[in-house]
Amino acid sequence: MRMTGAKMVVESLHQEGVEVVFGYPGGAIMNVYDEIYKQNYFQHILNRHEQASIIAAEGYARATGKVGVSIVTSGPGFTNAVTGLADAYMDSIPLVVISGQVPTTIIGSDGFQEIDAVGISRPCTKHNYLVNRIEDLPRIIKEAFHIASTGRPGPVHVDIPKDITAEMGDFIYPSEINLPTYKPTVNYNKKQLKRAMEAISNAKKPLLYVGGGAILSNCAFEIRELAKKLNIPAVETLMARGVMGDENPLFFGMLGMHGEFSANMAAHETDLLISLGARFDDRVTGRLDEFASKAKIIHVDIDPTSIAKLVVPDYPIVGDLKITVKAMIEAIESGENEFNDYTNWVELLRDYREKEPLRYIDSNEVIKPQWPIQRVGHLLGAKAVISTDVGQHQMWTAQFYPFSYPRQWITSGGLGTMGFGLPAAMGVARALKGTDKVSINFTGDGSILMNIQELMTCVEYELPVINIILNNNYLGMVRQWQTMFYENRLSQTDLSAQPNFKMLVEAFGGLGYRVTTKEEFDAALKDAVEKKRPAMIEVVVARHEEVLPMVPNGHALNEMTLIEGGK
Amino acid sequence: MNNFNHYYDSETTRQVISVIVLNEHNVLSRIVGLFSARGYNIDSLTVAPITDSQYSRMTIVTTGDKRVIDQIVKQLNKLIPVLRVNEHKNVIEKDTVLMKFSIDNNLSDIDVIARAYHGSIQNVTDDSIIVSATDSSARIMNFIKVMQKFNPLEVVRSGIVAMER
Repeated sequence: MRMTGAKMVVESLHQEGVEVVFGYPGGAIMNVYDEIYKQNYFQHILNRHEQASIIAAEGYARATGKVGVSIVTSGPGFTNAVTGLADAYMDSIPLVVISGQVPTTIIGSDGFQEIDAVGISRPCTKHNYLVNRIEDLPRIIKEAFHIASTGRPGPVHVDIPKDITAEMGDFIYPSEINLPTYKPTVNYNKKQLKRAMEAISNAKKPLLYVGGGAILSNCAFEIRELAKKLNIPAVETLMARGVMGDENPLFFGMLGMHGEFSANMAAHETDLLISLGARFDDRVTGRLDEFASKAKIIHVDIDPTSIAKLVVPDYPIVGDLKITVKAMIEAIESGENEFNDYTNWVELLRDYREKEPLRYIDSNEVIKPQWPIQRVGHLLGAKAVISTDVGQHQMWTAQFYPFSYPRQWITSGGLGTMGFGLPAAMGVARALKGTDKVSINFTGDGSILMNIQELMTCVEYELPVINIILNNNYLGMVRQWQTMFYENRLSQTDLSAQPNFKMLVEAFGGLGYRVTTKEEFDAALKDAVEKKRPAMIEVVVARHEEVLPMVPNGHALNEMTLIEGGK
Repeated sequence: MNNFNHYYDSETTRQVISVIVLNEHNVLSRIVGLFSARGYNIDSLTVAPITDSQYSRMTIVTTGDKRVIDQIVKQLNKLIPVLRVNEHKNVIEKDTVLMKFSIDNNLSDIDVIARAYHGSIQNVTDDSIIVSATDSSARIMNFIKVMQKFNPLEVVRSGIVAMER
């Protein structure tokens, strides 16, 4: 069928089953927006900043596992989108981001709103395209969705000049993909798996080290099975929260810089670290040469570059995690190997957990920042999908919220993007539409102002995000480091100058609450959940609380600064 | 020190890598960008299309320890338009240099030395001559050093092409 490039974009998105697009129009993308106006295939959500568009698409993708889609214009529209692209790239989130570009005849002449978009997006996308010919457009969009969602997922950027979206061409959406240069390895090497199973059978203190790949490959069920079959304990990275389920008796917490004592000690003492979709990030390992230093290492990852990048494993396995873990379970069931009894090892970790549980010292005078997180966990639990911004509140949420399933936890792990929470929670709210689940964003008084304009989007599209600001009038995480490592010189971290958050959200048409007591908090949360409208609950919390335990930079995981008292 | 650290200690070596890539927009910047973003060295890089195909061959010479070289190969493979990466063990390598000298030099001396490096005089004008030589990279470097005494006016090297034996 003959149609314009702009119509091809809309038809292609329809072919891919896209139900929602987050975006912002502008000069170079107007042809596409004209077709968006005419279509009924998908909803378009108009964000108030392109960065928020990309992050909202990420929130949607993280919550559903589908490819998130965003459309922006050239020049500043695209440069605003870059932080979102980088965020998705670091956390391997599948996105297709389409940007307008000046006409091909103008490219290279410093035209109005021209920027070398593919030059900028190259290092922060899985792949990118500049569409030079109308004939290539349907194929490129097809490839973009394929590349974004297969192998190790990631964002793909498609830059389309304005004359291409105006040009007429034949629209044939390819049914098959032929990419001889892109064939991710999904099937594990059988010999390697056999060797790994032998290593497990020889181990006395094996440990599952579960990363974000477990969520991307949708294999939480299989990993729980694997742990249960052999009675192997498990720890999670920040990105994997929810995979094991916090009630699981074989789960010993999040490890890393702000990890739980039992989790960090488990990694320190294990004799066989079984890494499942994790990448040995510096925030996880602490001092690298001391990390799991008593252990042999099995490393399963779909991305060969993750293997031996930082730590050279004894048993590398390249493959899809779900397929590989299933094969491990089958190997166990086949009875080929005999396995040791790990009861003593699990008991040891249980002792560690009892001796040094995650905790904080509650107060009756002031709300401690950890309390609202626990409280929401208690009141809403599995009913809430939790997003966060970046900083102290993010770590406290990872520590104290009782996660029970994958994709319940939405956070910016790799890039650590302040301003992530509100737009991500909006994408989550869109994904949760029609369910009885609630989209909650735990945020800080620093982060929330970085994408505050998105309150307007939430109100316009009736996306009932409940933002809970843990307000300590500080850029808390930086303040904590200044206190601990810079002799308390609080350079540019005192946020005493603040808006009236209640009035601010009300000005956008949302619900505002300011609470200073636990009773007020309960009442505000109940009201916001019942009214199902975008809301912001400002919780005035203790100013000087630290995130603990903490492994100071450059130290080994067993060298934690622990919580004093409160047992 | 634990079980994996022996890998860190391996010596820095020179490695010739050839990369077969799709001839498309942006592909060179993807390769070069990868090296700069991850802090890898490029000592030499040559590119030419492969006859009757949609691919080009890039020959890259780099240095690093075993782990770095492994990462470079894997990172290159991860790029979408890369078809194949060959980490060469046993190769014939050739490098070409063009050198321009004033005509006032002793031309027979220049000619004799050039021949010793599989080279010859390529062009003569009223005021200058151009000599080319093709040989292994190490010998070409040596050739350039030897020829310094004739005060070269210009030196251009091609970079390395390589083929597995």
